[in-house]
Amino acid sequence: MVDALIAAASVLAAAVAVGFAGLGPGIGQGNAAGQAVEGIARQPEAEGKIRGTLLLSLAFMESLTIYGLVVALSVLFANPFTS
Amino acid sequence: MLSLLLSKIEVGSHLYINFSETLHLHGETIIVSSLVVAALSIFLSIITSNLKRIPSSLQSVIEIIYELVKSIAIIQMGPSYYSQFLPFIATIFLFVLGSNLSGALIPWKLIELSSGEFAAPTNDINTTACLAILTSISYFFAGLKIKGIGYFKRYIKPAVFFLPLNIVEDFTKPLSLNFRLFGNVVADELTVTVICSLVPLIIPLPIMMLGLFASSLQALIFATLSAAYIGEVIE
Repeated sequence: MVDALIAAASVLAAAVAVGFAGLGPGIGQGNAAGQAVEGIARQPEAEGKIRGTLLLSLAFMESLTIYGLVVALSVLFANPFTS
Repeated sequence: MLSLLLSKIEVGSHLYINFSETLHLHGETIIVSSLVVAALSIFLSIITSNLKRIPSSLQSVIEIIYELVKSIAIIQMGPSYYSQFLPFIATIFLFVLGSNLSGALIPWKLIELSSGEFAAPTNDINTTACLAILTSISYFFAGLKIKGIGYFKRYIKPAVFFLPLNIVEDFTKPLSLNFRLFGNVVADELTVTVICSLVPLIIPLPIMMLGLFASSLQALIFATLSAAYIGEVIE
């Protein structure tokens, strides 16, 4: 009974973790990409530099989502509270 | 036939090599990472054994990698100190790149194991934790070597009450490095596995390409961050 409860709570927790972890970085990545496009439109000769910086910062933002994913994975596959 | 194409999702199961009650190794991680190290060393030593003024195609690949790592090191650490730490940054970059690509490019699923499966060594959190702790040790070493005992002034830098935050930062830096690499590699492999179990043909290919791109980018980011952490303490 307790195990079933823990399993249900873990699945919900994993879903909430990934969902909310995707929310913030999604907004941030949209902002960053929009500003980069604006920058390229204003100054097309700087495209290479802008693209490099954009990719690097997108990967940093992506890693915040990944933290949520790691929490979700550890809740699903390595849960310390199940026997 | 169809069951051959589908693969199980395996997270957290390993091929254990037991030495005693408490000491055991993750066999598949050790095998694949030593293969990666051996392949990288042989590749690099063969190509760099006879360097030519007009580079062959393989030599130009090596030169591109060298220029990339050198530019990362110079940008993050400044032109006067970068050469001491260039070997470390290059080693980290090549190892992470090699192990990520080995997980993505070599069809390990064809080899059956009794438990666990062959995958990228960075798929195991112990490998990435080791790399992160190495980064941590190296920036402590860099700070103490270049600044001497004055290195500890960094902890009270903006004001004295920043001391606890600065100490916590020493722990969160390796933790975030660790989780970033591990999570990205596992996320790629999980996505590919889940999509393969839904549609085994053609549809997973773009996702695999994205995974290949993301895993190369992760190597670049790990190297950049290591260089940035070292550069932060020596400037």
